[in-house]
Amino acid sequence: MGRKILFITTDQQRYDTLGCNGGSIARTPVIDAIAAQGVRYERAHPQSVVCMPSRSTIITGQHVSTHGVWMNGVPLPEDAPSVAQVLQDAGYRTAIIGKPHFEPFLDPFARFAENGFASKGTFGPHRGFEHFESATHGAAGPLHYARWLLSNHPEAVGMFYPVLDSSLEVNAMGGGDTGAPQAWANHIPREWYHTDWVADRTISWLDSLPADDDWFCWMSFPDPHHPWDPPSSEVGRIDWKDVPLPAGYIEDAAEREAVLDAKPHHYRAWYDGRLVSNYEAPAAWVPATLTADQLREVTALNAVECELIDEAVGRVLAAFRARGWDDDVDIVFTTDHGELGGDFGLLFKGPYHVDGLMRLPLIWRPAPSSGVAPAVVSKPVAHLDLAPTFCAIAGLPAAPWMEGRALPVDDADADARGFERVLTEWDSELFGVGVHVRTITRDGWVCTTYLPGSVHDGTEGELYSLADDPLQRENRWNDPSLAALRSDLLADLWDHQPPMKSPLPDVEAPV
Amino acid sequence: MYGTMRYEIRIQRPAADVWALAGDASKLHHWFPGIKDCTVDGNQRTIVTNSGIPMPEEILVCDNTQRRFQYQLKVPMFRHHRGTIDVIDLHDDTCLVVYSTEADPRAMALVIGGGTHEALHELKRQMEAATTQEGTH
Repeated sequence: MGRKILFITTDQQRYDTLGCNGGSIARTPVIDAIAAQGVRYERAHPQSVVCMPSRSTIITGQHVSTHGVWMNGVPLPEDAPSVAQVLQDAGYRTAIIGKPHFEPFLDPFARFAENGFASKGTFGPHRGFEHFESATHGAAGPLHYARWLLSNHPEAVGMFYPVLDSSLEVNAMGGGDTGAPQAWANHIPREWYHTDWVADRTISWLDSLPADDDWFCWMSFPDPHHPWDPPSSEVGRIDWKDVPLPAGYIEDAAEREAVLDAKPHHYRAWYDGRLVSNYEAPAAWVPATLTADQLREVTALNAVECELIDEAVGRVLAAFRARGWDDDVDIVFTTDHGELGGDFGLLFKGPYHVDGLMRLPLIWRPAPSSGVAPAVVSKPVAHLDLAPTFCAIAGLPAAPWMEGRALPVDDADADARGFERVLTEWDSELFGVGVHVRTITRDGWVCTTYLPGSVHDGTEGELYSLADDPLQRENRWNDPSLAALRSDLLADLWDHQPPMKSPLPDVEAPV
Repeated sequence: MYGTMRYEIRIQRPAADVWALAGDASKLHHWFPGIKDCTVDGNQRTIVTNSGIPMPEEILVCDNTQRRFQYQLKVPMFRHHRGTIDVIDLHDDTCLVVYSTEADPRAMALVIGGGTHEALHELKRQMEAATTQEGTH
């Protein structure tokens, strides 16, 4: 019997929403306790700041350019490498429960396997997972949670916020108390909400396993990704009127707009409603209209969703502790990407490689039986490193196609093994608007270059000191005193950036 | 503004052979993955997707000379739709097939376009497999 692996992901969760990372709004005692027992990473970055590319990196252990899922709507090929397959081949029982999103959701022709299991009453196998039980942000669509809700609680189906509008665009409709986009009063009972459903189904699957089996369970919560529509019964936990504005939000409009104007010009163009570069934010919503109260309410609802996740994780931990497994279970907690969360007056996500989207919560509590001491790692690590970490936990070598390394257990380990840079990339092509971004984070700097496209001419970029400017308000791309540093960072980026997969896979759906 | 998508594929078969299948309105479900049935009544066609959704269409153009087929989905959520299949003779016993979609709401161009892309690959597979079989015989 070896070590078992509980891999917990959330969707679009900011680093600063956890108490262990300095968050003060959501109470997250369960995850904070996991962090205290394990290794907490202060500078973990994704290789993409949107769902499908990022999740494809997690499962393959590859850069976006290598696996080729360059934007939402590009399906990960069914025969793509999968760390779940590696573990299953080694004898692990494997499951993913919750949001997968390796294949597009919008699928009227039912072409993608991920969308076909629930209607057939089956649960995989798929991508190395013997059990594949799926959910997303609401009650629409072909996934298991939606079918379960429709079958068991049809009256609740209409309670969720309509994520897409009648034009199939991300909905800009305001709700809640302030009219904030994607805020909503969802009167669904808590026990029917997808967060608790994901935990319930995870517990059920774990309960089905013999005590001696090794297992890899990816528990994938759809929250706190918008819509911000947690069960109404829970909203009173946090009164949005008492919520402080995020540190990244600049209250004075003139000051905020001056900061935006010092960044590449697509920031201000989106803020003013002159540019929609990607599908992941409401096309009809203009960030400049965001009010301080709307941001307070969104922040509060987001925090409620984080608390529900924390409590759901606690139930799962209690369940496997009751099986006597805790000493041999590794727990890894992270998210696929962040959320702008009001930084610079922006919400949602897009081609903006700043901490709101790139700095991730990442915690690894090695199995207590492994004897790894608690630590905090400040060196840069990446989603790329998760798949090799799972292999290492299982006593397996990293597969040759994996491009990362097992996570370091402390900074000395990181230094010894040369964890010094992470790369993040963005490519989008949406109805004639093309944006192409490459970023390196290294030596306490974040350096981003915008490649020529329909929006940028190839001369713009961003350069921030993480130590001196943690909110990334001062873009030093054009600072003459940093020209050599900028050149060095870009040279290092291009030395390590894999070439894009060829031929380039096509976008086959919006999301 | 409309959303538009366009995919193309080169097929190692003469244009006339490819058009015989691609231009036959009643045979779309033979080569479009995700469409399980297709019935034609005059210029009205109804397709049924794998997920069981029936979608009525109006056939706008079926030009055997230009080898162009155009149709319009008549589904309420579309404010506009136009699908166009062109089979272009490359005069070397091969052809280029172009499948274009324009739609309002624009997001539907991506949703439908993804299906057309896979359909072109299936059309090529079937047509070139037929070539192989003929060669074998």
